[in-house]
Amino acid sequence: MLWLFFFLVTAIHAELCQPDAENAFKVRLSIRTALGDKAYIWDKNEEYLFRAMVAFSMRKVPNREATEISHVLLCNVTQRVSFWFVVTDPLKNHTLPADEVQWAIRMNRNRINNVFFLNDQTLEFLKIPSTLAPPTDPSVPIWIIIFGVIFGIIIVATTLLVLSGIRQRRRKNKESSEVDDTEDKFENMATIANSILCDSLDMKGGLVNDVFMTEDERLTPL
Amino acid sequence: MAQALAPGLLVDTVEDRRPQWDNKFQYLLSCVGFAVGLGNIWRFPYLCQTYGGGAFLIPYLIALVCEGIPLFHIELAIGQRLRRGSIGVWTAISPYLGGVGLGCFTVSFLVSLYYNTVLVWVLWYFLNSFQQPLPWSTCPPNLNRTGLVAECQASGTVSYFWYRQTLNITADISDSGTVQRRLLLGQVASWAVVYLCISRGIETTGKAIYFTALFPYLVLTIFLVRGLTLPGATEGLTYLFTPNVQTLLNPRVWLDAATQIFFSLSLAFGGHIAFASYNPPRNDCRRDAVIIALVNSVTSLYASVTIFSIMGFKATNDHGQCLDRNILCLINEFSLPEQSISRDSYPAALLHLNATQPGRVARLPLRACSLKDFLDQGASGPGLAFIVFTEAVLHMPGATVWAVLFFGMLFSLGLSSMFGNMEGIITPLLDMGVLPRWVPKEVLTGLACLLCFLSATCFTLQSGSYWLEVFDNFAASLNLVTFAFLEVVGVIYVYGMKRFCADVKWMTGQWPSLYWRVSWRVVSPLMLLGILLSYIVLLAFRSPSYKAWNPQYELFPAQEEKIYPGWVQAVCMLLSFLPLLWVPASALAQLLPRRRQRREDTQLDTGLKLQDSSGC
Repeated sequence: MLWLFFFLVTAIHAELCQPDAENAFKVRLSIRTALGDKAYIWDKNEEYLFRAMVAFSMRKVPNREATEISHVLLCNVTQRVSFWFVVTDPLKNHTLPADEVQWAIRMNRNRINNVFFLNDQTLEFLKIPSTLAPPTDPSVPIWIIIFGVIFGIIIVATTLLVLSGIRQRRRKNKESSEVDDTEDKFENMATIANSILCDSLDMKGGLVNDVFMTEDERLTPL
Repeated sequence: MAQALAPGLLVDTVEDRRPQWDNKFQYLLSCVGFAVGLGNIWRFPYLCQTYGGGAFLIPYLIALVCEGIPLFHIELAIGQRLRRGSIGVWTAISPYLGGVGLGCFTVSFLVSLYYNTVLVWVLWYFLNSFQQPLPWSTCPPNLNRTGLVAECQASGTVSYFWYRQTLNITADISDSGTVQRRLLLGQVASWAVVYLCISRGIETTGKAIYFTALFPYLVLTIFLVRGLTLPGATEGLTYLFTPNVQTLLNPRVWLDAATQIFFSLSLAFGGHIAFASYNPPRNDCRRDAVIIALVNSVTSLYASVTIFSIMGFKATNDHGQCLDRNILCLINEFSLPEQSISRDSYPAALLHLNATQPGRVARLPLRACSLKDFLDQGASGPGLAFIVFTEAVLHMPGATVWAVLFFGMLFSLGLSSMFGNMEGIITPLLDMGVLPRWVPKEVLTGLACLLCFLSATCFTLQSGSYWLEVFDNFAASLNLVTFAFLEVVGVIYVYGMKRFCADVKWMTGQWPSLYWRVSWRVVSPLMLLGILLSYIVLLAFRSPSYKAWNPQYELFPAQEEKIYPGWVQAVCMLLSFLPLLWVPASALAQLLPRRRQRREDTQLDTGLKLQDSSGC
């Protein structure tokens, strides 16, 4: 009689937890990707811990505070480390609604991840979207700070340059007021026609100073 | 009386006021800085890759020797001899050719507007590189934080950062959107830096150029060493330099080589003429021209080695990630243990699984991963710098440092080219005496920078990037080639080959050899004419379309090809032809008063003759 009861229970268990069963979720772990050399082996004890975490999460749901570890069923564990799980009610004849399970997992996702040293990408609950971390924007974006620094330097440098130019010009004006007469004479000597210097036009027509001829030309060819 | 004095002495006393370079090195660095610009980094490697790797160097070198160096020599020589900016030089050569100078001046102005906008983008990326992790490495979460922003997920983090968080681009050029404040701030900063460096002309430029021209070489060397030690660098380099001689049969290759040399040396802008005009009159400009042109080409090669070792790394990385994604698919589907399929054993595993369970394998979204496909994804222009390279930097250890260095290098490269552009604008204005003598030079440069800044605000609109493409494609190309052609023809045939050679001999001490004379008289004008005609033909047959970033497009993230609206096409035509109109306009402006004067003179003569004959 007892054996019959045992078989019935396991049969019901088998029915409740199946791939693509109602209210069942698939979990996939990528332990070696996350931890490399420090990866642990996934065995029955780890599965027990997982069931404990799911039960813990379900206890946070109102009206489900009596969830026990034995109410969480795992099945189809593969070498990939992926499996399906369901949460049953205390009488073990039907599974709890997917919404409640999803809500519970989402609320405690961080703690579940931390227990296994994994994150949202390496411990995947397929069909349960994870809440993304809020963007860590500082109150003042970094680029504005650096822009302010650079712009400040530019303003200071430009002001210094302009001021030094003004000072230079004042000094030159004081000196040049003495030299003005000689400069005027030179200006008048340069013949400028049509605002083009004479020397820039055809030079061959004018006289050429011997000083500026190359040595070869000074020697008369034979 | 003036002719009794030695011409050299005369030049010195009057030209006392003309600023001079502190030393020859400053002048060479300024010309090198102007010639070496963003195009050396993002245009030349792309051309090398597209046109058969090492084989592209053949048309490139031929173009350099036949077209680049001779034209460059002419520019430096006339600037140095006539000691004026572009407008003054052309008015001196022939009053009818003054329009060439005005045209060069206009093109310099248009180019500096959009060139500085690229610098603003570089500055934005530079400022954003000072954080860990880099902002273009992750997608921002959407409003209710259940997932990432949809646009970002579809297009990829780097493209999203460029198109949305930098440009905030609209889907169409006619939809201007609003002015982007961050880009406007960037424009203010960028033009302030430019003003700071050119405020007193070459006095300040000469000091700034030591940093802006030499820093890029330092960074390129650092990147070269880093790039060569990255995995996959050798794949990239072999792919780049493996020559494919077949491509030389395509005439497009020769056209692109000639065009690349032309724009790479920044000819016909008037900037080199301005720089050379501050030289002492007796300076070996021939040697300068050869040195600067060679340095420019060697820099292009050096940069392409660096760029391609990093592109090879990126392609290898992407290829590995593609394989990893496929492997994960297989492992998840068939519940195999983790890391049971390595990248090397993937083909065998796939074959085995396909043989045993073809149905399940067929349903999987497996991508074909081929390293060659990833290497083929070449990009040029801003796409290379802001999308491809930023993604490569993400995968390098110490990404922040590399990003800061890279964008700092791009900024100084662009800045040294801006100096040349602005000199091409300011020197002619100074020579023409637009403002009275007592107004200090800083005021003139300040006004020029302010005017350019106000005009460039149109590029800070949301459609600014589309407008930049319009300017880039239409404002410079046709005009510059035409002006260069008129330059050669004007100097050799109007000024006179003999006169020009005598001037060169006076400056350098050597009569130009046969190579120079043949290339000036025949080869360069023919090549320029060839480029000009091919440009016009291509312009006529090119459909006026552009690629738009439209998140609503079905094939997003591929860019949607749209046709320019009518008014934009009109603007394109205006940009292409308006600067050219200066030439006939100025020639007519000179011709008409002279005709009128001559007619008045002949009338006066006949009048006098009549008086004489009717006589008294």
